Amino acid sequence: MSAVIDYAPLLWQGLLTTILVAVLSGALCLVVAFAAGLARLSSHRLISWPAGIFIEVFRGTSLLVQMFWLFFALPFFGIQLHPLTAAVLALGLNEGAYAAEVVRGAIASRAKGQTEACIALGMEPALRLRRIIIPQSIPAMLPPFGNVMVDLLKNTSLVSLVTVADLTFRAQMIRSTTGQTTAIFLTILVAYFALSYLLTLLTGWLERRFALDRRALAAQRKESRLMKVGAA
Amino acid sequence: MIWDSNFAVSVFPLLLEGLWVTIQITLLGTLLAAVLGLFFAVLRRLAIPVLSPVVSFFVVFVRGTPLLVQAYCAFFVLPAYGVSFDAFTTGVVVIGVNYSAYMAEVYRSGIQGVPSGQWEAATALSLPGVRTWGRIILPQAVRTVVPMLGNYLIQMFKDSAVLSAITVVELMATAQAIGSSNFRYLEPLTMAAMLFLAISYPASRLVNRLERRYAPQH
Repeated sequence: MSAVIDYAPLLWQGLLTTILVAVLSGALCLVVAFAAGLARLSSHRLISWPAGIFIEVFRGTSLLVQMFWLFFALPFFGIQLHPLTAAVLALGLNEGAYAAEVVRGAIASRAKGQTEACIALGMEPALRLRRIIIPQSIPAMLPPFGNVMVDLLKNTSLVSLVTVADLTFRAQMIRSTTGQTTAIFLTILVAYFALSYLLTLLTGWLERRFALDRRALAAQRKESRLMKVGAA
Repeated sequence: MIWDSNFAVSVFPLLLEGLWVTIQITLLGTLLAAVLGLFFAVLRRLAIPVLSPVVSFFVVFVRGTPLLVQAYCAFFVLPAYGVSFDAFTTGVVVIGVNYSAYMAEVYRSGIQGVPSGQWEAATALSLPGVRTWGRIILPQAVRTVVPMLGNYLIQMFKDSAVLSAITVVELMATAQAIGSSNFRYLEPLTMAAMLFLAISYPASRLVNRLERRYAPQH
């Protein structure tokens, strides 16, 4: 355990780097998700096809391959990215491609009557999307978005392989200098678990906050609780 | 010319060998995950004091921590306690256990989907527990979750690249080794990406079709 205490400041810095990478790539992921997801829904082929290719390529290949490609192969085109930039780009684009499918699915499954009502009221497509369709789709997007974000958080550990000094990187460093493998790795496992648990709590709160009909949701939860009590 | 076709052609057979290892890891890992996940799901459902909550916590914990760190744990921590396998076996076990936690959830939803009348009928016929599970519940539960297991198979195929970090020589590690020994990363990494895509894209289309065919009909 002594190694963990001695090297606590280093681990703390690693944790902060992990959080920084997660926040930056999470933000990128959201932007990519809405851009690609909405483009995929477009009726213009010139817009929807590139989005489709982007989504399938980034979902179809490994995140690690993408990260290494940005870090090692891009310099052959004369572009040398900072490790942190390459890591954030790869994570944001990869998870963004998954989240784009969430956006697409949630919007495509909206009731058609809403779109028709908008057209009947003479709303322009952009206004329709911004004021009616997207706000209605957010509650359906939140649970799968939560899963994507937890995935993203766990995948930040891969940035250690392109030399970003995150929690995993620091742990490896401390392991090779002190040899106290068990204590170090158990500590960071618990740290990652705590972070992903916090994220789950946050998503749960957001889901309740943005529920379409909060009273109906509350009633539903009460009912399921009663059913659980009855079953036990 | 940035892309060197001759070099690309010369290293392609090596990459195919790596791809074969990746496929082996995926198949063995999925097998392990499917069996272990079923085991976990049944243990949780049986509500055995102490054991079931422990299994539940294990499943949640595995799902909440990164695969890479789990792999490091198995690779660096276990040998300190005298348990050591070669990298390939460790990789298969780590990825299998990791995915078993996800599959346990899938099975759980399948088991919950079996109508309660089936349980009642089994009780009414006073079938022993083993036969209730083995002949009545699981055959119905597993059928509905097969396509979802297919999705995890594809996911595992892509995730197995992480195991290159614990020196398993699969597709990703091969591409990286070729890159570092020839100082040319562009061709091996691009081809590795294309190989991943060439398998996972058709496979996911296939699973989508299976999903539609096996969708519960109401």
